[in-house]
Amino acid sequence: MSDSLSDAMNPQRSFQALILTLHRFWAEQGCVILQPYDMEVGAGTFHPATTLRALGPKHWRAAYVQPSRRPKDGRYGENPNRLQHYYQYQVIMKPSPANLQDLYLRSLYAIGIDPSLHDIRFVEDDWESPTLGAWGLGWECWCDGMEVSQFTYFQQVAGFECSPVAGELTYGLERLAMYVQGVENVYDLNFNGLDGDDKISYGDVFLQAEQEYSRHNFEAANTEALARHFKDAEAECKSLLDFGNKGEGRHQMALPAYDQCIKASHLFNLLDARGVISVTERQSYIFRVRELAKACGEAWLRTEGGGA
Amino acid sequence: MPDLLLELFSEEIPARMQRRAAEDLKSLVTHALVERGCLYEGAQAFATPRRLALHIAGLPVHQPDVKEEKKGPRVGAPQQAIDGFLKGAGLTDIAQATIQTDPKKGDFYIAIVESKGRPTADVIADLLPGIIKSFPWPKSMRWGKASGEQGALRWVRPLHSILCTFGSDTEVPEIIPFDVDGLRSGDITYGHRFLAPTPIHVRRFDDYVAALEKAKVVLDTDRRKAIIVNDARDLAFAQGLELVEDDALLEEVAGLVEWPVVLMGSFEERFLDIPPEVIRTTIRANQKCFVLRQAGSNLLANKFLLTSNMIAKDDGATIIGGNERVVRARLSDAKFFWETDLKVKLEDRLEKLKNITFHEKLGTQYERVERIATLAQDLAPVAKADPALARRAARLAKADLVSEMVGEFPELQGLMGRYYATRQGEDPHVAAALEEHYKPQGPSDGVPTDAVSIAVALADKLDTLIGFWSIDEKPTGSKDPYALRRAALGVVRLVLENDIRLPLEAHKIDTHLIAFFHDRLKVYLRDQGQRHDLIDAVLASGQQDDLLMIVKRVEALDAFLASDDGANLLAGFRRAANILKAEEKKDGKSYNEAIDLHLLKGKGEGEEKVLADVLDVAARHAKDHVAHEDFAAAMKALAELRPAVDAFFDKILVNAEDPDLRANRLRLLASFREATRAVADFSAISGG
Repeated sequence: MSDSLSDAMNPQRSFQALILTLHRFWAEQGCVILQPYDMEVGAGTFHPATTLRALGPKHWRAAYVQPSRRPKDGRYGENPNRLQHYYQYQVIMKPSPANLQDLYLRSLYAIGIDPSLHDIRFVEDDWESPTLGAWGLGWECWCDGMEVSQFTYFQQVAGFECSPVAGELTYGLERLAMYVQGVENVYDLNFNGLDGDDKISYGDVFLQAEQEYSRHNFEAANTEALARHFKDAEAECKSLLDFGNKGEGRHQMALPAYDQCIKASHLFNLLDARGVISVTERQSYIFRVRELAKACGEAWLRTEGGGA
Repeated sequence: MPDLLLELFSEEIPARMQRRAAEDLKSLVTHALVERGCLYEGAQAFATPRRLALHIAGLPVHQPDVKEEKKGPRVGAPQQAIDGFLKGAGLTDIAQATIQTDPKKGDFYIAIVESKGRPTADVIADLLPGIIKSFPWPKSMRWGKASGEQGALRWVRPLHSILCTFGSDTEVPEIIPFDVDGLRSGDITYGHRFLAPTPIHVRRFDDYVAALEKAKVVLDTDRRKAIIVNDARDLAFAQGLELVEDDALLEEVAGLVEWPVVLMGSFEERFLDIPPEVIRTTIRANQKCFVLRQAGSNLLANKFLLTSNMIAKDDGATIIGGNERVVRARLSDAKFFWETDLKVKLEDRLEKLKNITFHEKLGTQYERVERIATLAQDLAPVAKADPALARRAARLAKADLVSEMVGEFPELQGLMGRYYATRQGEDPHVAAALEEHYKPQGPSDGVPTDAVSIAVALADKLDTLIGFWSIDEKPTGSKDPYALRRAALGVVRLVLENDIRLPLEAHKIDTHLIAFFHDRLKVYLRDQGQRHDLIDAVLASGQQDDLLMIVKRVEALDAFLASDDGANLLAGFRRAANILKAEEKKDGKSYNEAIDLHLLKGKGEGEEKVLADVLDVAARHAKDHVAHEDFAAAMKALAELRPAVDAFFDKILVNAEDPDLRANRLRLLASFREATRAVADFSAISGG
């Protein structure tokens, strides 16, 4: 399959080709290929194309890459596997098609994982996001003992039952690429698939960023400002929800309000990385973000996109 | 006799739920059939990651016919009553009923209602949808288009097909047709996801199992387990190694494969510097692989065994390579944690415990450690431990919680503390206590025997109990989120199995908590086969805050009651207690008062004088022996009362005509009752 491809477009040679191959595959399944959401999020699930679109009766299919930020996972670029910024490839299909497992396996085949050579397994993993008030049942997908994806049937999002249920796939792109490229250190990933002077590695693109952001996340971020911003985002979210609430009719501002919820969530993650949140406070922060997410989900269900 | 074959084919069922689900399917279907009169010869249920299967052999073709007699009104009853009866019995004319004569009630109508048994296949078709729809999965879900509708089918993961056939071996079985949420039953199954994905037509159980086997699915979990363990042992043996057996892991792994293929991988020898438990935990928890050791030794080998679900084209080379990569990455992490942790002394970690809340109302782990250290030092004498070592061990006991390794593998808490303590040259008793103070974790866990470990283990558990009691977080019913019952049982076992005297009151344990210990003690002793009425009898006899003494008393009482003297004394006690109970009720007063010795001397008869005399001596002796904790001797002292008690009941009429004499005799019996309380409350001992 890959013989006819140039190195630049070979998913086993280049990180970007892995992404492009997945785009191509999921586009053929009728997914809209979206671009990353332009805000800092902890996971692809936070993209409104997943969180909000998972709610309500309307059919929906989308795929996109989402840069994901986990400030606490920063390792100053010194750990070969852990990053505070990484890419998730996210697929959402509502309602979940009957052959979703099969589609997933075919997507692996497309990026060069031949099931006749590998040991692919679906291992129980119940997913829960306390900040999104969401949970679902599914699996970790293992390839030769390595977790390469998460597979979830959403049951509840923002505190609301999903009706119908959406299927969500999340591929850890770096890890998957490391496996298909056969490298042990994420920074050694070949990003553009070329060799010699033309080669651009993952480290060339991201190592400096990992170092700088690790310093930022653990040492420099102004915790007082962050705490203030959190309060501001929380207040803004509520006031936008009030503004868009026109009584009985449709809600008019679910999406901008949800942006503020995303913002609050990221600010909480930064505060957490700075180690200034005690165990009790932690619970209360999570609760506050969840309340925002629930209110946004409720508003969304009263918009056109939410099926109102 | 026909057989039923049922298969529910789904996406991957969590390994931990499979066995239970198969059992539930069997019992739900067989009970429903028996309830409908369909008895069977045998039933077996199976589970693989993708299916639940049930085979019920020897079912009847039809439900048995049922003949029922319906009693009607008497002959000549009003028409309305007759009509009602006809309607209820499904008759059109009263002539169809028979008349029965009853000598008392006269003539009345009887209808014989016969219902023909339905074909078993129809009965099954009716009952299965309900069982499937309300199947007791611990967690279930909705999926697909149907999940937009109310009352959509829930299953553990999406259910894809249902196979259901019925028939005997001499005929072509029929499909039992039914429909669950749009899913129609049929005679199709599927083999291994990758090795044999095409549909398979199935007739009955025999060809089902064979067809699956051919399609690379081993239906029976226990057979998969046997294959895995045998292949694992063989592969190990061939390399001069031994499998480190792990039943829980084996059970889980068998639930992750339909066609087990065991493969051996290896890792670099340099990782063997890491403690073996860490290697095992890493490889087991993250990779679900088995580790191996050198034959006849405890040294781990740099090899592991993985159980794949695949016969790969390259004989597993790629699969092994992939697993080795992951194991290597995991062990690199573990080695990094191990080496990083060794750079920091345990005592230097204590500051960090200030950031860990133990419980909102009970402060930080740091504060807890301070409390435990003081308590361990105080408790050291009762455990015969060096107080300084006990204090040191308690101070370091929780330090490993903030180590990198325990952060990654919480189940290694304690063990890592021991390793780090050993490496930094702590006293071996201290190092051991860091691991052992968590013990015993449950009824089957070992109890530490080293004095320092005992002191710290007691302090750890008592602090937990005292703390949660003080904020009123006690276990209720089935809820015990802080495992306080386990902690109390731990104290009970530590004390009893090490023969430790621990006066709970002296360690500021309040009476409610002591009562909680009593409850745990009862459970513990009952599990050991001790009669619980004897425990009650001892506990009811007064303040009991020393668990070991309670047990000694129970044992002495048990031995005593088994003797002739004991049994007779108990009989005498009962007689006295019964008389007292009746008379005290009648008189509305208690006779627990001093005997009027003057009256006794003047009017009393010989036998009561003797009893009063020996009672005085025996009561004093019994109390003395109890004070010296010689419970057997105390019982023996009471046994000396036996002839006097027997003679008293033989010769003396308690209810004498002279009221003063009667009162004095009741007082005498009351003192006898009181004397026995020195060892136990005999009234709590059950009869027979």
